[in-house]
Amino acid sequence: MAKSKPGSMSRALVRRETIAGYLFLLPSLVFFLTFVVYPMVMCVVTSLTNATMTASGTSDFIGLKNYIDLFQDKTFLKALLNTVIIVVVSVPTVCVFSLWVGARIYNMKNWACSAFRVIFYLPVVTGSVAVTVVWKWIYHYYNGVLNYVGTNLGLWEKNINWLGDSKFALGCIILILFTTSVGQPIVLYVSALGNVDQTLVEAAQVDGATDLQVFWQVKWPQIMPTTLYILVITTINSFQCFALIQLLTSGGPEHATDTVMYYIYYSAFTLYKYGYANAMGVVLALCIAALSAVQFKLAKSES
Amino acid sequence: MNTGVKRTSVYRTITLILIIVIAAVIFLFPLYWILTGAFKTPGAVNSSTPEWWPKEWTLRNFETLFDKRSAPLWEFHIPLSEWFTEDHSQVVFFAGPVLPAAFRWLINTVFMSVAAMILTCGTAALAGYALAKKRFIGRAVLFSLIVCAMALPKQVILIPLLREMDGLHLTNTLWSVIFPVVGWPFGVFLMKQFAEGIPGEILEAARIDGGGELKTFTTIVFPMIKPGVGALAIFTFINTWNDYFMQLLMLTGTNVLSMPLGISKMMGEFGQDYGLLMAGAALASVPIIIVFLAFQKYFTKGITMGAVKG
Repeated sequence: MAKSKPGSMSRALVRRETIAGYLFLLPSLVFFLTFVVYPMVMCVVTSLTNATMTASGTSDFIGLKNYIDLFQDKTFLKALLNTVIIVVVSVPTVCVFSLWVGARIYNMKNWACSAFRVIFYLPVVTGSVAVTVVWKWIYHYYNGVLNYVGTNLGLWEKNINWLGDSKFALGCIILILFTTSVGQPIVLYVSALGNVDQTLVEAAQVDGATDLQVFWQVKWPQIMPTTLYILVITTINSFQCFALIQLLTSGGPEHATDTVMYYIYYSAFTLYKYGYANAMGVVLALCIAALSAVQFKLAKSES
Repeated sequence: MNTGVKRTSVYRTITLILIIVIAAVIFLFPLYWILTGAFKTPGAVNSSTPEWWPKEWTLRNFETLFDKRSAPLWEFHIPLSEWFTEDHSQVVFFAGPVLPAAFRWLINTVFMSVAAMILTCGTAALAGYALAKKRFIGRAVLFSLIVCAMALPKQVILIPLLREMDGLHLTNTLWSVIFPVVGWPFGVFLMKQFAEGIPGEILEAARIDGGGELKTFTTIVFPMIKPGVGALAIFTFINTWNDYFMQLLMLTGTNVLSMPLGISKMMGEFGQDYGLLMAGAALASVPIIIVFLAFQKYFTKGITMGAVKG
């Protein structure tokens, strides 16, 4: 009954429903429009001006100049490349690892399954600042655990300056990002695998399918929507990698760990280029939107 | 033959479990290192041979942490108040003795998380119910706007948001962190998912009985979506606590710093004193971890509900 179309309801009822609907929505809409939609619009609008961060600065409409400058800005291109590297490395590894862990733990005893879920989620809850602080110590040149363990096990001969060496810095960032990214996907995979239709699994087993076949032929198609969601959220998170960079390396050494998000922050607060920073924000948002769309398309065509 | 296959599969299972346990230990290690590091002496912290278990426990790090700065225990700023005072000054209440600033940061963080949690749950429950159960004009448009906004990167809007907050004279108040969290549409989306499960007949019956809209909401709808509200509450609480970027942009004065921000400031000033930094990190993370462990079930539910049925 409640699903009937407005056309089938009396006019008075439609009006009543509309008024009630908007009254219920009002408190939420006020916050949504003021603190989400308005800044989004301002982001696009100011990206077409040469506005600065200072309050008194004038701002003139300069069309697409910020966007053109952007793609001639070597630092930005380097930041974009680093961001792409982070995304390309972290998204598949996060997905594969969390699927593997999820598949291992979802049919364990209840307490064991929750324990593992909690453990893999803990780095997310601990918070980026606390996590970063402790990793900075772990990576430390003289008194870091990593160098101690590595040199004692003979994995590398001399202490390595992990965060100070442009060969390793980005990899170190990606490792921390990885530990703080797998928590949510694991929770999602555990619940998705638990919801897989058991009759199909049993039918396949009766037909003599191996575990691997059951997984890829029966379970995998059913958890596809979850995989898709995980791909999208991990991509968004990796693109927005900021706190780690700001706290650990500030984009150094020699821009080896600059990411787009960090460069936006840098442009706005160190270079005071407000319009320019927003143009970067728009480009970043477009990249994410495009990538999410591609992932949707791919996943759809596969299933 | 058959037993041979079984035996290899037993070995395989044991190896796999071993690998997963090792992975779990690696994931736990940073937290362990924070908690033990907070109680280590400077000598142990700075030695190139790590002390896996502190030989000598000390509270020195916490003492230093609490010594650094001080602030009044409680400060409450009324949002938008400067628009109504004559000299456009903010209306602020102070209370309590002057205490170490770290306490203040902890209180600020708790306040932000609780306020954001209550406001988000209230507004989102109302809105989610309306979107799920009310048939009104413009509903489809609104819902697609919300979904689109959710897919956009949140951090991109922070810099325009900062300027807007400046315009509203809200920067450097805790509200500048709270309000955008409330505006973020994930909560509305999640609540809609839960409210969709309410059978239409019950609402119809309430309408025929002549119950007012608000009464229907409080007596019928809200009890039914309570698990969802619980999930959203814990989700918002943890995310606000850890939303470092937003706090970094909006808050600068010592009195309004959050716990994560306070540590990052200390990292700038006392960068090499890892014992002190671990004490700060422990203070920032232990409360939120306890909250997480206590409400873990709701949390898991929130994560999965927000995803799969989209």
